[in-house]
Amino acid sequence: MHSFGYRANALLTFAVTALAFICAIASFSDKFSNQNPSAEIQILNINRFKKQSRGNDEVSLTLDIAADLQSLFTWNTKQIFAFVAAEYETPKNSLNQVSLWDAIIPAKENAKFRIQVSNKYRFIDQGHNLRGKEFNLTLHWHVMPKTGKMFADKIVMSGYSLPDAYR
Amino acid sequence: MGWIGETVDSIKSIQIRQLLTQAISLGMIVTSALIIWKALMCVTGSESPVVVVLSGSMEPGFKRGDILFLHMSKDPIRAGEIVVFNVDGRDIPIVHRVIKVHERENTGEVDVLTKGDNNYGDDRLLYAQGQLWLHRHHIMGRAVGFLPYVGWVTIIMTEKPIIKYILIGALGLLVITSKD
Repeated sequence: MHSFGYRANALLTFAVTALAFICAIASFSDKFSNQNPSAEIQILNINRFKKQSRGNDEVSLTLDIAADLQSLFTWNTKQIFAFVAAEYETPKNSLNQVSLWDAIIPAKENAKFRIQVSNKYRFIDQGHNLRGKEFNLTLHWHVMPKTGKMFADKIVMSGYSLPDAYR
Repeated sequence: MGWIGETVDSIKSIQIRQLLTQAISLGMIVTSALIIWKALMCVTGSESPVVVVLSGSMEPGFKRGDILFLHMSKDPIRAGEIVVFNVDGRDIPIVHRVIKVHERENTGEVDVLTKGDNNYGDDRLLYAQGQLWLHRHHIMGRAVGFLPYVGWVTIIMTEKPIIKYILIGALGLLVITSKD
């Protein structure tokens, strides 16, 4: 009953249970944080807009992205993955989401930023529907915890449109 | 050396009835682990509810040896989600983030493109030759939860099998010699 093996087993079981419980509480505590992120995105320039030889439209553009995601950081946050996606509808597809830019935000100090970038990933449509197209730019964020549940949310900004002609 | 002597004595004194009890309790441990695994499969709807991260392609978010909990629901796949997918001709599933989604108007089928956060380019080089998009049937689940370091146990056991045998042997000996 009080052998070495029995005691070691009891100690290990208790340690693992306690650790799991602490992890669960840390993850649960994320729910009580106040979150009021804000974002603003402008299209500074359409650098290139053409139809590829394969028939798909491709756009290159420069964005001005300003965001404040500081309130998303809690003591259980390891990093935030933020990205901007263009979202639009075409006759063929009910939803198109194309990532244009993304970044890993490692700490709260970096979570308030303003940058001007051209798209990091190619903005290519499936087809040639982009002339005069109205689309949304959405800032998504994905909070990666030190332990526990991951969560994600977004801010949708609408009213952007592409030129009527290739250039 | 009292402990070892005791162990030897207890092995010597094993009765048939005691042996049966121990066999059954060992069986109970194995089957209950199986029950938990199968129940998790039912609840999450994913054929492997827990995966261990094996590569550094999602660093610094997920490091080698971290554990991910998967969930596979009917919800459509959206950009930004971290999905686990199988590629034809590869044995090991990959955990990467969705960066592009094109969803069909009438059928609801999706074309998905993924990328590892720590990789320079997208995953088209990892896909089967000539494959441009992932489809629904490639995707095993999306990551919903995260636990650091725990997966090292399985990584060590698969890479150094000798440790696995020592561990199983020690546990077996403990079960045989325990008196309760």
